[in-house]
Amino acid sequence: MLAALRRVAGMALTLVVASFIIFSAMYAAPGDPVTFLIGNPENLTPERIAAVRAEYHLDQPLFVQYWLWLSGVFGGDLGTSFQYHQPVAAIMASRLPATLGLVAYAAVLFTVVGIGLGVWAAVRRGRAADSAIVGATTLAASFPSFVIGIVLVSVFSVQLGWFPVAGAGDGFVDGIRHLTLPAIALSIGSLAIVSRVTRQSMVEQFDSEHVEAARATGMAGGMVVVRHVLRNAWGPIVTMVALVIASMLAGTVVVESVFGISGIGSLLVDAINSHDFPVVQAVLLYMVVAYMVVTTIVDLLLPLLDPRIGTRVKTA
Amino acid sequence: MTTTATGAQLRRDGLARRRDPLYAGSLAFLGLVVLVAAFGPLVAPYPPDAIDFTAIWGSPSPAHLLGTDQLGRDLFSRLLLGTRESLIGPLALLAGATVIGVAIGLVAAWNGGWVDVLLARITDVMFAFPGLLFVVLVIAVFGKGPWTAVVALALAYAPVIAKFTRSIALSELARPYVDAYRVQGASAAHIAVRRVLPNMTPALLGYLVVLFGEGLMSLATLSYLGFGAQPPSSEWGLMVQEGQDGIVLGHFAPTLVPGLAIAAVVVAVNIVGVRLSERLGARA
Repeated sequence: MLAALRRVAGMALTLVVASFIIFSAMYAAPGDPVTFLIGNPENLTPERIAAVRAEYHLDQPLFVQYWLWLSGVFGGDLGTSFQYHQPVAAIMASRLPATLGLVAYAAVLFTVVGIGLGVWAAVRRGRAADSAIVGATTLAASFPSFVIGIVLVSVFSVQLGWFPVAGAGDGFVDGIRHLTLPAIALSIGSLAIVSRVTRQSMVEQFDSEHVEAARATGMAGGMVVVRHVLRNAWGPIVTMVALVIASMLAGTVVVESVFGISGIGSLLVDAINSHDFPVVQAVLLYMVVAYMVVTTIVDLLLPLLDPRIGTRVKTA
Repeated sequence: MTTTATGAQLRRDGLARRRDPLYAGSLAFLGLVVLVAAFGPLVAPYPPDAIDFTAIWGSPSPAHLLGTDQLGRDLFSRLLLGTRESLIGPLALLAGATVIGVAIGLVAAWNGGWVDVLLARITDVMFAFPGLLFVVLVIAVFGKGPWTAVVALALAYAPVIAKFTRSIALSELARPYVDAYRVQGASAAHIAVRRVLPNMTPALLGYLVVLFGEGLMSLATLSYLGFGAQPPSSEWGLMVQEGQDGIVLGHFAPTLVPGLAIAAVVVAVNIVGVRLSERLGARA
């Protein structure tokens, strides 16, 4: 319990530091945001400048601005976009479904395929299938995701016409059709790490005594794998899958750009190109928070899934 | 005794090398890429920015070996000339990150104390920014451009290298020869830089080669997003992005050729890096 509290406190502290870095970095950026805000140079009168400064709290010291921003964030107010003159929270809410749908789809793909390949490699360890799986997934992980995406579009969208070239689609069936190639591009790089952890974790179990005992009772090979090997190997696999999902929540920027999906990632790219600092701050904060919260939850839940971890800590 | 041992070692190494065509092939390919980076401008048949509106989206022909892009520029020449920029970026970022990272890592291992605590806290905060997020933050603040991307990536990689250096330095500093130098009255800086660092180089080198592949991939990704190299550069990531519009029209070469070039170099670097760290690590 104490360890859990310490973990949560550590996460909170890191988040405060990270959020301060995100906020103060924008504050330190060269160029005066007032010029972006007013836009038309003819309107740059001293009164207008003063009014805009007051409206966006640009006349306050850094720490006051940070405090105003942070207390706004906790109230669901992420500021106002310089570019669209709309609440940032509303813009992000309209972009989130596409990104979350993409991450969910990719998560299903890499979990099923990655664990499947890992199990296959572990069962056939030391044989041709094993080295083929390890080699192929490692090779795939060396390809940048935008190259994979472009190859997929060239072959399956343009040449074969199976999938649409761009967009996120409307509704569930159309969404699946639109997001299939992006989800593949997003998940291919993670297959290597997930299948390797699965394989490693299972191979360790294969050599243990309880598996030998199960085999000695005459249990069929498949049953041994499912009941005795895989069940004891879950811990590291679940951790790795959750870690990959956590970093995917912040890692859709490139794939969204390749496939023209208007999610959170492409919003970040647009906001950087148009110097829309409130949007950049909000998206970066969302990504860091999502990543940290998911990884912390996994850390806290793992002892509940696998009681051996808790006891090991206690005896250590 | 020692001579026969090293002889056996050499023979075993030679045997391993002969049986490892993947490593040899990757090394040869990387050698070729370095040659292209050095002499590409002499070989390229056209200047990289020679626009020819009469030859837009050209197919491969004797005049244009790989065809032309959306502005009628020769793809083969742009690929050759982009090699240098695509390789120098990752090299520069790695050099910067290594100098900062190794210095911090060595000091943290040697002194412990507040430097060590500070390093741990910095890496904690860095790990809160997954993937390229820290680099994107720096680019959002200081504007895009190849050098902003390189500096930002160097800053992002420095804590990782520092952590790695610290871990191998700690085990190296525990060895008796370090105490022997101390007893002789050698200064801390002398022991750390002249005696300990050379012994850590093999382990560091393998790690840095793998990081080079990662850095090349990250820089190309940033250029693809429009945050790194800017037109009219023929950096490979930027070429992929500029050629992407041709895909819908059925012109795949302008975007696939530089894309596959990036992938091929990263794959070769990773193979070499993994084999190097296996070999150098085994010998250390």
